[in-house]
Amino acid sequence: MTLNGWTKINMHFKSVVLTNIEISPGYRRVRLTAPRGILEAKPGQFVMLRVRDGVDPLLRRPFCIYDVGTFSPDYPDASRRCYFEILYKVVGKGTSILASLHEKDSVDVLAPLGNGFNPGEEGEEKLLVGGGFGLAPLYFLARRLVEKSPIKVFIGGRRKEDVLCVTEFEQLGIDTYVATDDGTLGSRGLVTEVLEEHLSMEGMSRSVFACGPEPMLRAVAGMCEKYRINCQVSLEATMACGVGACLGCVVKGASHSEDSPDYRCVCKEGPVFDTSQLLCEDQAEGAAS
Amino acid sequence: MKKPDLSVNLAGISLRNPIMTASGTFGYGEEFAGYMDLEKIGAIVTKGLSLRPRAGNPMPRIVETAGGMLNAIGLQNVGIDAFIENKTPFFRSISTPVIVNFFGNSVEEYAKLAARLDAVPEVSGVEINISCPNVKHGGIVFGTDPKAAFSVVRAVRGATGKPVIAKLSPNVTDIVEMALACAEAGADSLSLINTITGMAIDLQKRRPRISNVTGGLSGPAVKPVALRMVWQVYQAVKLPIIGIGGIVTATDALEFMVAGATAVQVGTANFMTPDASQRIAEDMERYLKENGVRDVKEMIGSLRV
Ligand SMILES: Cc1cc2nc3c(=O)[nH]c(=O)nc-3n(C[C@H](O)[C@H](O)[C@H](O)COP(=O)(O)OP(=O)(O)OC[C@H]3O[C@@H](n4cnc5c(N)ncnc54)[C@H](O)[C@@H]3O)c2cc1C
Ligand SMILES: Cc1cc2nc3c(=O)[nH]c(=O)nc-3n(C[C@H](O)[C@H](O)[C@H](O)COP(=O)(O)O)c2cc1C
Ligand code: FES
Repeated sequence: MTLNGWTKINMHFKSVVLTNIEISPGYRRVRLTAPRGILEAKPGQFVMLRVRDGVDPLLRRPFCIYDVGTFSPDYPDASRRCYFEILYKVVGKGTSILASLHEKDSVDVLAPLGNGFNPGEEGEEKLLVGGGFGLAPLYFLARRLVEKSPIKVFIGGRRKEDVLCVTEFEQLGIDTYVATDDGTLGSRGLVTEVLEEHLSMEGMSRSVFACGPEPMLRAVAGMCEKYRINCQVSLEATMACGVGACLGCVVKGASHSEDSPDYRCVCKEGPVFDTSQLLCEDQAEGAAS
Repeated sequence: MKKPDLSVNLAGISLRNPIMTASGTFGYGEEFAGYMDLEKIGAIVTKGLSLRPRAGNPMPRIVETAGGMLNAIGLQNVGIDAFIENKTPFFRSISTPVIVNFFGNSVEEYAKLAARLDAVPEVSGVEINISCPNVKHGGIVFGTDPKAAFSVVRAVRGATGKPVIAKLSPNVTDIVEMALACAEAGADSLSLINTITGMAIDLQKRRPRISNVTGGLSGPAVKPVALRMVWQVYQAVKLPIIGIGGIVTATDALEFMVAGATAVQVGTANFMTPDASQRIAEDMERYLKENGVRDVKEMIGSLRV
């Protein structure tokens, strides 16, 4: 099956921890081994991790792919192996267990899942907007697009500690704009305010890619509508299966009504949606986590 | 030792082994085709179907709880027309029997749907979800009133020649009374249990963790309740029973068979790992081999009390 021209692969594998490090207080990055197929993963796709055997935690936990690559194992004549990385925030049981894993510990992985971002036209300006671990899929996207299109990234956070990946984006040569609620890094205020300054300036053709807390996504979507700019958002939802079977993870599509339901699975039809595909509602719902 | 015989006959549907998938946890089967071999399990039971498409509940719909999960999906489904058009072609590509779980808001709706499904050759049998409110009669749940359950099963029986499975709700005082009512109405088989009504609270926000406030509990936490109910019904009713509730391993599945089940359904475990049902079927074969059991049917109702 192909999706947006990408081959849809279903991989289920045992994976071994290579590194698992803190990158900012409360945020970590884990590197995990994977079969070759992981190199086909598309920015915006995610994985479902079983962080340990047994029934507690019961369900897998979803995480966006932050990066993929190859490495040489440190024994003689070893051929190159593949890995992927996720960037995660420690919030509860599953992520705490993940944080406690060491090199050579194993996890069970379903990957890659979901649709991923549509990269759009080459040469057009790509504006990436994110907060917290929402930067993970945006970094992966930037790595893929950096040679083909000019990119700007807008990073928001409550405090300096919540601002991730600035160095990584700068190493790719990408212009980075930071805003924090308390002004401890970058400008003080919302990152969407910084974004709006850019959107309001006449410029080349461009599109927006956003991932982060729901209020941020709503603000970005609203702004893009105002300036008539194409916008893709990567959503979160509570998930059980990750494969479109349980219907636990839905969001309302643009033509949704009680009589003619238009619910989309975030896990299968998303997690990335063009904002024009989604129903705009005042009350917080759907994209809620 | 020879390969043990895992086949069972479920009200006229022959299953290559007793492992089925539970409705609502396995989509329409195709979602799992990339992760397992659908030819290695006994049967697939599809997501609860209604006459018209149904929207379901607002988010959040699921939350994990100790040893289980609560769901209030709200029976979202595509409706019978889209089901026949979009889902049945896939069923022709597999040999594993497909059983369709369905529900209605009135006795007439149940019968109408059963009649439509009767005409679909890809469907090997129907499973009636009676855990739904009767909209015409003050919303009382069919599955908690023996008379209402009787009339639903009877109407479905009259509308289809396919094997009829009645799926019982555990949210009753006397499961045996419900089982007897369904048996008398002409069900060929009983499946139990559906989810147990429960709830979870976010203390900090003082809000329910799922939008519907209450939801259905499933997973390992419900297994002891389900085993007890299978055992009680097995003693009272002579129909083949499908045991459901918290099955994660072959050991769990075999315990249900010892309690009286002819077959079992795997539900929440499909979320833990998408090839759970296949793995359970393979482990069951291994268990029988290692324990010198030639035929899995020997296990049914073999509890020593
Ligand atoms: C498609 C998708 C991609 C994601 N990508 C990432 C990622 O790249 N990095 C990352 O750190 N996290 C990501 N998440 C969120 C991550 O899945 C949750 O933080 C994680 O499941 C929490 O598990 P836990 O057991 O630690 O927390 P739990 O013990 O389950 O819950 C602890 C707290 O976390 C909150 N929580 C639980 N599930 C979620 C959720 N799905 N989203 C937000 N909050 C939640 C709960 O409300 C609760 O307050 C993603 C979620 C989705 C749906
Ligand atoms: C997300 C979810 C959706 C379900 N949907 C249905 C349904 O549509 N019809 C039905 O009869 N049972 C439904 N069930 C109940 C299951 O089929 C099963 O009876 C129950 O989950 C207990 O089994 P388990 O503990 O193995 O999950 C659903 C369960 C879950 C978890
Ligand atoms: S998580 Fe099950 S349908 Fe999306």
